Order: sequence, then structure tokens, then C-alpha cells
Amino acid sequence: MRGATHAKRAVCAVMVALAATACGGGGGSGQDTSAVLSSSWGDPQNPLEPANTNEVQGGKVLDMIFRGLKKYDPETGEAQNMLAERIETSDSRNFTVTVKDGWTFSNGEKVTAQSFVDAWNYGASLRNNQRNAYFFAYIEGYDKTHPESGEQSADTLSGLKVTGPLTFTVELSQKFSTFPDTLGYPAFAPLPRAFFDDHDAWLKKPIGNGPYMVDNYTRGSQMSLRKWEEYPGPDKARNGGVDLKVYTDNNTAYTDLMAGNLDLVDDVPAAQLKNVENDLGDRYINTPAGIIQTLAFPFYDEDWNKPGSEKVRKGLSMAIDREQITDTIFQQTRTPATDWTSPVLGEDGGYKAGLCGEACEYKPDEAKQLIKDGGGLPGGQVKITYNADTGSHKQWVDAVCNSINNALDNQRACVGNPVGTFADFRNQITDRKMSGPFRAGWQMDYPLIQNFLQPLYYTNASSNDGKWSNEEFDDLVDRANAETDTAKAIGLFQQAEEVLRDEMGAIPLWYQNGSAGYSDRLSNVELNPFSVPVYNEIKVG
Amino acid sequence: MGRYVVRRLLQMIPVFIGATLLIFLMVNVMGDPVAGLCGDRECDPATAARLRHEFGLDQPVWQQYVTYMGNLFTGDFGTAFNGQPVTELMGTAFPVTIRLTIIAILFEIVVGIVLGVVTGLRRGRPVDTGVLLLTLVVISVPTFVTGLLLQLLLGVKWGWIDPAVSSEAPFRELIVPGLVLASVSLAYVTRLTRTSIAENRRSDYVRTAIAKGLPRHRVISRHLLRNSLIPVVTFIGTDIGALMGGAIVTERIFNIHGVGYQLYQGILRQNTQTVVGFVTVLVLVFLVANLLVDLLYAVLDPRIRYA
Repeated sequence: MRGATHAKRAVCAVMVALAATACGGGGGSGQDTSAVLSSSWGDPQNPLEPANTNEVQGGKVLDMIFRGLKKYDPETGEAQNMLAERIETSDSRNFTVTVKDGWTFSNGEKVTAQSFVDAWNYGASLRNNQRNAYFFAYIEGYDKTHPESGEQSADTLSGLKVTGPLTFTVELSQKFSTFPDTLGYPAFAPLPRAFFDDHDAWLKKPIGNGPYMVDNYTRGSQMSLRKWEEYPGPDKARNGGVDLKVYTDNNTAYTDLMAGNLDLVDDVPAAQLKNVENDLGDRYINTPAGIIQTLAFPFYDEDWNKPGSEKVRKGLSMAIDREQITDTIFQQTRTPATDWTSPVLGEDGGYKAGLCGEACEYKPDEAKQLIKDGGGLPGGQVKITYNADTGSHKQWVDAVCNSINNALDNQRACVGNPVGTFADFRNQITDRKMSGPFRAGWQMDYPLIQNFLQPLYYTNASSNDGKWSNEEFDDLVDRANAETDTAKAIGLFQQAEEVLRDEMGAIPLWYQNGSAGYSDRLSNVELNPFSVPVYNEIKVG
Repeated sequence: MGRYVVRRLLQMIPVFIGATLLIFLMVNVMGDPVAGLCGDRECDPATAARLRHEFGLDQPVWQQYVTYMGNLFTGDFGTAFNGQPVTELMGTAFPVTIRLTIIAILFEIVVGIVLGVVTGLRRGRPVDTGVLLLTLVVISVPTFVTGLLLQLLLGVKWGWIDPAVSSEAPFRELIVPGLVLASVSLAYVTRLTRTSIAENRRSDYVRTAIAKGLPRHRVISRHLLRNSLIPVVTFIGTDIGALMGGAIVTERIFNIHGVGYQLYQGILRQNTQTVVGFVTVLVLVFLVANLLVDLLYAVLDPRIRYA
């Protein structure tokens, strides 16, 4: 576990700097490993099952109670073996997975190859309505257990075979060299028999194999997690447990932190960003997360998909003053984007600062000229559609429009077009009702450049909301997925990204940071690249 | 009296059906809620279709409504998107909101009526002017301002209360939120009582009562107050429903997991079952409260008879 020691070293450095505590055996400096901390939480939207959870709040819990074959390093995002002894392949299509011996679920049941295969079959089966079923789409036989329409003709994935108590093989339907690195996603977690035997009881009190156990769960208000003393993994909890408290509003959570009733808030409300450094000092964390905000275009609309419109799109991009907006509206919790991935990938992972070039720089005069060359704005005006119920989308959309209007010397060039609820917003997107650019945020599933490009821009991909389609791009992505050499694969992905840039398939706006604040009871608090606190590392007292 | 109650109860049926149908249609107009269930990505068509089928969203609206009403009579309020039965959500949300409402109503009754009586009896005096000014301020300041201000002062600056209510939400934690929730109505109750008292003070029966030599407290409580309370009772009665349904702002500020919170979540997630279920119960509460108010009239004023 080279990465783990790496992380430890970094953590120690932080600790020394902050508290000047010695970094040795641990636990000696008055820290109470049985103390419980409280943290803010939001009510999970879907039933809490690994393959059914697709938002941060539910994912947070899965991250605490489950460990999969791989785990992403909280610092670097690198996928490292957790339960996997090794994952071998010779052709990027057939993988042999060996599970480590000695792991159990918190109810004592052994984690075997079967635990994984059962869980994956469950997740992929259409009958179980798992919202994340598409994660298993690469596995051979997915089209039988999860057909696009009609009844399923198989209950299990033909590409999964248990070959021993601790070994199983995975056959993919296409080459996918970075497949092992996707296995850290919670959807791929193993499941105990209890999950299948008494599903309702499991949902009321989930049982997993992670460093924490669910002690008590009152849906909609609180989940108490306690340290699992017999946890066999290397990343044991350094505190006694975590009480996740549901807050109706993150402003209230912040107020509670200020009043000393809450230890950790992992989402500092936008309204408090101005005060947060005064209030918390160095107990405020603001670190990059794997989230990028973009503006997508409706390529199904003739007006946005005719020769020359790429100039209009590029012109709009150049009319946005990203620096100013991230400074004034987001108080530097966003960083102007210069490519379509995220800094959390790192240089080696495929992040390339400046890939977007001058198309992402604020150049009002050139913007004006480009839009003119491209035939002007369709209908003389762009409407940026966003959902007004969550986040502070209105603020930045208005600011973006303002910037565009100023650059084009036309106060009517751009207006915001709010949609009441997120559900309705998604509705209009899936019904292809967008008539102009619209908000498109992307939070990565796993820290791979593939995850920032393929689901979003590949022809007919699951999150290709703008229905952008480009043969050259698709071809490069296919080649990258088939490439076994990681560095070469990343190079190909970046070439694909350049195609995306030249066509300006979507305007990158900014990279989003994760923000958190904590009480002086806590130390060693960090956010992982998914902007979720690394709970098991937090020390109390 | 009995026949009156029966007639009133029968009248509730069309109101009930009309109200639920309206809400049902309104939530449905907002479009397909399954689109929002998969986050920032499209649900795969097969799963979306199955979810739609599971929630009954693939049927025409009228059929959904008929099925829904049919289930309602067997006590089945449907399932929320997170897999929880709506009755379970109600079971956790309503007790909390009822506690909050009780506190708010108590504030209205005790503080509101006492202030009203005091000012009504001392019209034009400094006390009266003071209270009038105060109620004017309370009425004109929005609830969320009062709420956030009290939360900041009492919760953070002085540390007298916890700024957020815990998930059990016991009575003592709900006192300040209850006061905030009651504040505007409280001001109205004060003003209503004041006017009513001031008006009735000069009436013949009060003069008679004083002339009979009754003690002052008896004149006020038995004769003056009882007659002056009719408009106040009407107001408080209708306010019960309004408070329960309108607690969204207060519940959000103080982190109370009550009806307002569930309704808010239901609307955000376009969860028809949650929204319609909760509103249905609220409509019932409203109707019953109104009936009780009407029956109370007879107690307050024996001249009012229900045939």
C-alpha cells in the first residue's frame, strides 16, 4: 500500500503544522478513539443500496459502511487495491479477480467472490430497478438481464463466473482497459446474504464490510454509525463513530456548527462564504473536487447545429469572464476551467491545464467577431436554462449573461431561463425541449479521464444531454478504451478532448471545490476527490 | 345538533374530493418525476419505465387518481421515492408539527388574548399604544427574518437555546420555533381581542353586570370576554390548518423534520404520493378545525343554536 503510506505522511505533515502533535503510534496525545462526532447530512433520495445510490448523501454512507475491490486514495484519487488481491487481464476484456482472504461483513459472514458476483447480478437485473444499473453495462450479458425494453431474458450476467471461493472472472462486451479502476465505485460493493434474504430489514439497517457499522437509522432524520472494532482493513476508524444528522437547510447546519452543536459541515452555504474564514480560520477546507460545471447546447436544434455554429459557441465561451465570476460570486470556491476534466485527476490522470486554449479566455472583442462570423446568435438571443430550486444557479447564470451582454454590447443578448424544480429541468432535457445553452454539472463517478468524457460526449451516452455527436471523438474514445498502456490511453483521451474543443461541444465554466468546516474538537479532517469527508481518518478531542 | 354535525360531515366529502383532485392535477402538470430521480444523468429507459410503472405513473391521470383514492380508503397512501411508505413519513412528521402547532396556538391563546384584554380595557393608554406598535412591527416583519434573528441571538450569540431542533423534537426545543411560527397570528389575535373587548365594554349586558355589583374579574371573564371571543375563536380555529401547512419556513430555519419539511422535499422531488398524501391530511385537519370552531360558537353564545 504505497499510496496509503503516502497519504499518512501527508496527513502527518498537516498535523504537525496545525497542532504540533507528534506523529507516531497514534492515540497517545489525548485523542479519544471512542469519541463520536456529528456531521451534517441530507436525506438520501433513493433507497440506500449500493447500486441504487447516485447522489452524494447516500454515497457518503456507502463510503463508510462498504469497501470494494478498489478504493480511491483520498489525496490523489488513484485507484488502489482494497479487497482485491489482484485483478489480471491479458486482453483488456477478460479479467480475473482474486479477492483477499480474511475479510468479513460486520455480521460475521465471509466476503467471498460470490458476495461480489451476487451483488453485481442484483445491480444489473432490470427487475430490481437499480438506478445505477448502467455501471454493469460493460459486462457481457448485460443486454439480457437489462434489455432496453421488454422483459429480461436472464437473471444473471453471463460474463461473471465464480471460479473459486475467492476468485471470479469478468468478461466484458468490449475492451475497456481502465475497467479495474472503476471498481472503487460503491455500485460495485459486495453484498452479504442478509441483503437478499431479508431485503426490508437490510434497508432499515444496512450491513456492510466497511470501517463503520450502522447502529441506528431513523430515516429522514439521523443515522448513527459506530466504529466496527473487528474491521480487518488497513483504514480503521480513528474515532468511535459518526452521527449523521439530516438538516433541512445547510444554513442551519452552519449555524449549529457556530453554536457548537455540530462538529462537521461538509457543504458551506454560499451565503456564508464571505464570513467563513473569519468564523473558522484554518478549520475551513476548500479543496478541489471532481466536479466541473459546463454549458451544454441542444445539438438536436437546427439553429445550434449548422455550419459555423461552432464559432458562435466558441464566441460565447470567450465572452464569459470566468475569473471575475469565480472571484465575486463563488469567493474562489470555483476555479476557471481550462479543459473538460478536473484537476483532481492530476497531470498523470489526464488533466491538462490550458487544453481549451484561448477559447476559454475572456476576449470580448474576438468573441463579438466570432459570433458575427458564425452567423450571429440564433434568434438574436441566447437563453441559459437552469433549475432554480437548488444551488445558487441563478446568481452565476445572471453573471454569465451579464458578462456576455457586456462583451457583445447588447443588453438583450443573453437572459437566464429558470425552471422551477430539478425534476422538471431534467424532464425538459430528456424531452429535448432545450432551445439554447443549459446548465450541465458533472460530478465524477470515479477519478478517470474516461469518466469526464465518455458518459458526457460519446454519441448517445447516458449523460450526453446535448446529444453532441462526433465520429472522430467516438473513434478516439474507443481506441483509448482498448489501449492497455495507461499513458497511451490517456493521450488518446486527450486527443478526443481536443476534438471536443475544436467543435466546442460544451463550454467549460469552472471546476468546483468541495468545502467543509469543522469544530475545534476535530482534527485531521480532509475531503476526498468526491468532496466527501474522509470520516475514518478524523480524530476527535 | 347531531343532525347539524352529520350535515357538516357530509359536506366535507365534495370539498375533500375537489381539493385532492386539484392537488393531484397540479403535481402531475409538473411533468415526469422519474426524470429527476437519476441525478444529472438520464435514467436508462428500461429502469425509468419500470419505476414509472411501480409508481403508477404510466397510467392516465384520471386512472391514477381513482386508484389513489381507492387505496386511500384502505389507508394506503402510496410509497415515497426513497422506498418509504408515505404513512411512515406521516407518522414521523405529523407528531412533530402537531407539537409545534400546539405551542403556537397556546402562545396565541395565552399571550394574544391576555394582551388583547389588557389593551382593550386600557384603550389609548401607553400600554395600548405600546402593544399596538409592537404588533404592527411583528406583522410587518416576515417570519424568516424573525426566525433567523432569534436563532442568531438566542442560539449562537447568547447560547440560550440550540439553534437546530433535534430529530426527536421535544416540546422544550420547540418553544422558540413555536413563538416564531405564532408571531404574526399572535399579533392578529391581540388586535382582534382588543377591538372586540373595547366594543363590548360599553354594551348593555356589561353595564348590567357591573350594576349588579359583580366583582370586576367576573364581569370581565364571564360576561365581557366570553362574548368577545367569538371572532377570536374563529380566527384561531382557521389558523390551526394554516399553521400546520404554513410551517415550511419555520421548520426549515430550525431544522424541524415536520410536515413542512416533507412537503418541501415532496415538491422538490415532484413526489406526487408524498405531496398529495400530506395535503390530503392537511385538508382534513382544516375541515375538522372549522367544524369544531362552529360548534364552539354554541358554547360561547347560547343564543346560537344548531338545528
